[in-house]
Amino acid sequence: MSSPTSTPVGSKRSRDDIPVTRKFYRNRLSESYLQSYVDMSSPLMYGTPSSRVEGTPRSGVRGTPVRQRPDLGSARKAPQVDLHTELPSADGAVASEQAAGQKLVIWGTDVNVGTCKEKFQRFLQRFIDPTSNEDENAGLDLNEPLYMQKLEEISVIGEPVLNVNCSHVQSFDADLYRQLISYPQEVIPTFDMAVNELFFERFPDSILEHQIQVRPYNALKTRNMRSLNPEDIDQMITISGMVIRTSQLIPEMQEAFFQCQVCAFSTRVEVDRGRIAEPAVCRNCNTTHSLALIHNRSAFSDKQMIKVQESPDDMPAGQTPHTTIVYAHNDLVDKVQPGDRINITGIYRAVPMRENPRQSTVKSVYKTHIDVIHFRKTDEKRLHGLDEDSDQKLFTEERVQTLKELAAKPDVYERLSSALAPSIYEQEDIKKGILLQLFGGTRKDFSQTGRGNFRAEVNILLCGDPGTSKSQLLQYVFNLVPRGQYTSGKGSSAVGLTAYVMKDPETKQLVLQTGALVLSDNGICCIDEFDKMSDSTRSVLHEVMEQQTLSIAKAGIICQLNARTSVLAAANPVESQWNPKKTTIENIQLPHTLLSRFDLIFLMLDPQDEAYDRRLAHHLVALYYQSEEQIEEEFLDMAVLKDYIAYARTYINPRLNEEASQALIEAYVDMRKIGSGRGMVSAYPRQLESLIRLAEAHAKVRFSDKVETVDVEEAKRLHREALKQSATDPRTGFVDISILTTGMSATARKRKEEVAQALKKMIQSRGKTPAMKYQQLFDDLRGQSEAAITKDMFEEALRALADEDYLTVTGKTVRLL
Amino acid sequence: MRMWFVCRFCCPAAQSNSNPEWEAKVLEYFKGQLREKESHSWVPSLNDVPLHYLKPNSLVKFRCLVQDMFDPEFYMGVYETVDPSTKANVLRCGKYKDVTECGVDLNSRNTVTAERQTFYCVPIPGESPWAKEISFLSAARVVPSTSYVPSRQKRSYEEDDDDMDTQPQKQREPHTGGMGETPQIQPHGNGDSKRQETEAPSSQTTAPSDCSSHLDLNFPLPGERGPACLVKVYEGLDSFKLNDTLEIYGILSVNPVLTVLGEEKDPSLLLLNPTESMETPEEQRAHDPPASLVPRLHMLYARPLQHNNPLLPSAPTEDQSAFVSSFLVEMASVRAELLAYLTHVLLGDGLAAEYLLLHLISNVYTRRDVLPLGKFTLNLSGCPLNSYTERLYQIVQQLVPCSYRLSMSLHTMNSMRLVPKKDYVANRLVSGALQLARNTSLFLDETQLEQGQLDSSGVRNITALGNLISWQKVDYDFSYHQMEFPCNINVLVTSEGRSLLPSDCQVPLQPQVTPPNMEEYLTTIHMAQFTSQINKFRVYLSLARTLDYSISDEVTKAVEDDFVDMRKDDPQSVTAEDLHRMLVVARLLSLSLGQTTLSRDGWMRAKHIDMLRRSRTEQQKSLNGNEP
Repeated sequence: MSSPTSTPVGSKRSRDDIPVTRKFYRNRLSESYLQSYVDMSSPLMYGTPSSRVEGTPRSGVRGTPVRQRPDLGSARKAPQVDLHTELPSADGAVASEQAAGQKLVIWGTDVNVGTCKEKFQRFLQRFIDPTSNEDENAGLDLNEPLYMQKLEEISVIGEPVLNVNCSHVQSFDADLYRQLISYPQEVIPTFDMAVNELFFERFPDSILEHQIQVRPYNALKTRNMRSLNPEDIDQMITISGMVIRTSQLIPEMQEAFFQCQVCAFSTRVEVDRGRIAEPAVCRNCNTTHSLALIHNRSAFSDKQMIKVQESPDDMPAGQTPHTTIVYAHNDLVDKVQPGDRINITGIYRAVPMRENPRQSTVKSVYKTHIDVIHFRKTDEKRLHGLDEDSDQKLFTEERVQTLKELAAKPDVYERLSSALAPSIYEQEDIKKGILLQLFGGTRKDFSQTGRGNFRAEVNILLCGDPGTSKSQLLQYVFNLVPRGQYTSGKGSSAVGLTAYVMKDPETKQLVLQTGALVLSDNGICCIDEFDKMSDSTRSVLHEVMEQQTLSIAKAGIICQLNARTSVLAAANPVESQWNPKKTTIENIQLPHTLLSRFDLIFLMLDPQDEAYDRRLAHHLVALYYQSEEQIEEEFLDMAVLKDYIAYARTYINPRLNEEASQALIEAYVDMRKIGSGRGMVSAYPRQLESLIRLAEAHAKVRFSDKVETVDVEEAKRLHREALKQSATDPRTGFVDISILTTGMSATARKRKEEVAQALKKMIQSRGKTPAMKYQQLFDDLRGQSEAAITKDMFEEALRALADEDYLTVTGKTVRLL
Repeated sequence: MRMWFVCRFCCPAAQSNSNPEWEAKVLEYFKGQLREKESHSWVPSLNDVPLHYLKPNSLVKFRCLVQDMFDPEFYMGVYETVDPSTKANVLRCGKYKDVTECGVDLNSRNTVTAERQTFYCVPIPGESPWAKEISFLSAARVVPSTSYVPSRQKRSYEEDDDDMDTQPQKQREPHTGGMGETPQIQPHGNGDSKRQETEAPSSQTTAPSDCSSHLDLNFPLPGERGPACLVKVYEGLDSFKLNDTLEIYGILSVNPVLTVLGEEKDPSLLLLNPTESMETPEEQRAHDPPASLVPRLHMLYARPLQHNNPLLPSAPTEDQSAFVSSFLVEMASVRAELLAYLTHVLLGDGLAAEYLLLHLISNVYTRRDVLPLGKFTLNLSGCPLNSYTERLYQIVQQLVPCSYRLSMSLHTMNSMRLVPKKDYVANRLVSGALQLARNTSLFLDETQLEQGQLDSSGVRNITALGNLISWQKVDYDFSYHQMEFPCNINVLVTSEGRSLLPSDCQVPLQPQVTPPNMEEYLTTIHMAQFTSQINKFRVYLSLARTLDYSISDEVTKAVEDDFVDMRKDDPQSVTAEDLHRMLVVARLLSLSLGQTTLSRDGWMRAKHIDMLRRSRTEQQKSLNGNEP
């Protein structure tokens, strides 16, 4: 806090000074209002807002104090501006130079303050963006000038900050945009002036804490931390990244207040390149070295250092992420926390290493940082549940063109599915299923009508013999999607999947650390060895897989997080080999409540047939000697596939058309009919929902905005294939959905009932015997029945009868009631 | 000699600054010079020569691994200084330098800001002692005068500068006249050869920077020694990746100012300067360590190393292909000798020896989406206890240029850091034992594992090892997320029973001999080999790995037929996974014989040894009963 040039100030003396100087301060305050408003460093920095309001009500540009903008830095002191030789006038900000058209421009730039102001005011008054879908503009009339509505908002809410989207400026006036990007520290104050004039003209009576500050964001110049280069210095940039560290609040002196100890004359000195020059002589009484720094009358601003790391998606493979230091000022302090993903708009700075007067040589390195003007959290929406435009990847025109060309091909679906994990042989339907999962259905929000969100994500379970490259498929998917998570059921706990509360070692605050499911929001969570997962862990999945949320009540933190994730799970049979005589449920021993939440369940079995073997062998051998070029080609495919999926997920939102709805209804009715003929339910509404999702995903693959009959056909086919594999009753050979929904096939249930009835009959035929021996009853039943009855069946029958309140089982005796 | 050109070359060009291509020319010049035969061996190596014998601002080379990549930094590419006496402005060049000259005019408009990046480089982890020794000796043979007499160091800077002025004239003549042929005759041989005699052994026994041991130099493996280096990279930033092994040619900078700047903590100066006060002391220590311990190297040129075997010609030139073709003739005989040697080592088990040989030449040659191809993790089960595995490692270490033995005791698994982790306070990547160079032999000794409980870090370590083996990748811990780094590490697991880690292939060891004294037995085997013989093995193993390989259509067909037939007999026993493994075995088997295409014989052989191996594991299973 002390400057190297300041003289030590006794705290006692400075406290004594306060009453005297308070009055003086007010005088000076009014003086400063009379000065030009270009004076950016008014002394009003430290008064509390309430103390200001107590005075006469004031409004208008002149009445509202200017707040300093340390984020813009002090333009006139930038080292490259060599003012003193060329321009004797001390105030260089609006210095003039004879430019081509006899216009006044700011020194070193081509910015004319008047024109710039005018242009910006015109922009504010006229800019209309009818296609805007930003969440910030929610509730605004899109056909009215956007920023005028925002100004109105400011007058109501009283928060004097105007966020301006740079792309709006660009589309309105490209030249203004260029100036803004190239000379932000000159142009933004001009914008400030312009907006304040406009604002107080329109709302002359509104009272603001300080003058409105313009905060531009979404500068298109730089997107990536890695692409920052020396040309970006002192320009406005927008980069994305993740906060990894924030510092404590640092009070930074903006203006030092000196008072003469002899005559109490006071003077103010502004910070110049991080230093304060102590006045050696008092101007009033000419005493030398009589001025003392008064700390609590000096002006400070808040400052915070934030370290931002490149987000993992932006990085080339095999390199480590870059970090950048960011300084936040005033109200932007403490806006972000470590772990937040943010977009930063700011001015890129490079400061030479401090020259040490005692050394003749210096390190020839600059320190770089960004003075932040605007923060935008990209994952904020995860909490609000709004649309995911944060994930928007920028596609070049050509890229979009190639993608669209690809989409126009009739066999795009087959092409894409074969491009998926080419090293895994065949399994076409499984790949198609996963492809549809990658695209996902259309998100529907019925929360306004009280029906809540409908799940758009497709969940898939792969089960099968060990060594059928299930893990490999999972690994591939995990590598393909930007927000993929890969966990193994064996190693993960419920906590690791959901969220846990941790004490931050630095701040001692409790922090909610999110687990794999939350992290893969809008992505895919790949869970290997699903069957090895503990029951408590699995139970977490119930909520996630249907409601797509995650509720947490831990250590005083109660919240519901969004986990709109698709689950791709792989499970091994309980016996090391798949037993074709058993149902899926029996083979993998998973609760049917969970199984019914999977849209598609595939079996990956060894087909054991010669032609297949031959093709497989060919495929594998080719894998081992393919030339470099072929591999190169494939890599291209993976990149295209990635972009294709990303594009479809962001821009395509298919809706059902009439025929498709009809087709879906028919499909559902058909499915129900199959079962009703045999007296069982063969489809539930859940299956219909799955069909819709799959049809929508298939429409997305075609880049079509409408779900048509072809989509429904494919959805039906895929769904049927999956059911054929997983829900075939091994006893009858029929597809029986109840295996998955209730865990038991209809025939098995029927059988159970029969046994129970037989048992009941037998007991009744014995007449009045209140208690029977368990073992004897079992033997009797076995003797009576034609079919073999196992102990399990017998016990089930007993339980069924007990549920009917017909009997109770206590130990080894069975009692009638 | 040559190294002085650097200073001569840069400065005048920069001062005039008339020719913007001078930078490219400098690089061209050095690359051209280094391409000359043997010329790279004139350059002293940081690996071999203790730092204090190297002249600052001279050209040196460094064989290293990129351990961490720091943020890019902006520096003054061109700056203006004001001469205090004449008041004249002089333009100077800041490239390849850490510090500026006095009187920098920070407000000058001629300042050009340029970008460079710093890599933190460490010597190749786990480099075998023999590799170090041979490269040291070969360097010493060619350049007896690389290092300086200690007394020279005491001379003042001015004198050095004088030298620089006069030396080039002296040097250019012999250089054009073919200095390469007579490197012994150097103009200033003032006791160079003497120094060589006295210093060479000492630098072997005491590592170049002994004093560095108490400062954390962030070596991946514990117990490593050698200089770490901050390499400033100017060109081709994107072409470098983490964990690359490089031979870097650059200008050494050990300016004491670097240290002073870092050490100086004048509170009054720091307080108002926002940028400097922001760096934590840890960060400063990591990014600006004293130059005497971690020298700076301004890279002129870097050669990616395919291998670090000093016995092989390193540059991919025509003499390498000549070397390869001459060695190919010998290949089969060397293989037979090596196999015999390994059979002895593995207590007379020929099959295990065969597999060990294949394992030693395995290499991830490509990746198909997530699947690494060519990896061949071997699990030698049934290893005798006591110190057998340790001796086995020593023998492997004698054969490969890079290796590390990880004793998987419960304590090490729980306490050791295997996976590199980003330390955000110091802003550096804290290394772990799995940050290894390509083709490093990782020897996992599971016989050391005892009963007990693994804690969470132990479980993480085991998972990391499993990932390494199955996918050849390590997920570095960036605390908020993980980042995947592909690797290429040969993992050999020795265990009593079947290993708890996955492996591509398990071979139960069946000792044919039971020597009463294991130590003695292995030592005698080892001693019986001549160095020339061992050297042949070393060349063989490194070379076999680099050969190309292909499968003809005809053989492809045969393999397919074979697979179908095998499946017909018993579909349960032969799976796709088995075919994967057999294809790798066939590949390695062919390469080990110096054959670059798969022949029918090769395939049959591969099938045969795989069958032998399988029958052995079956046998083991039925013996133990409880094996899964």
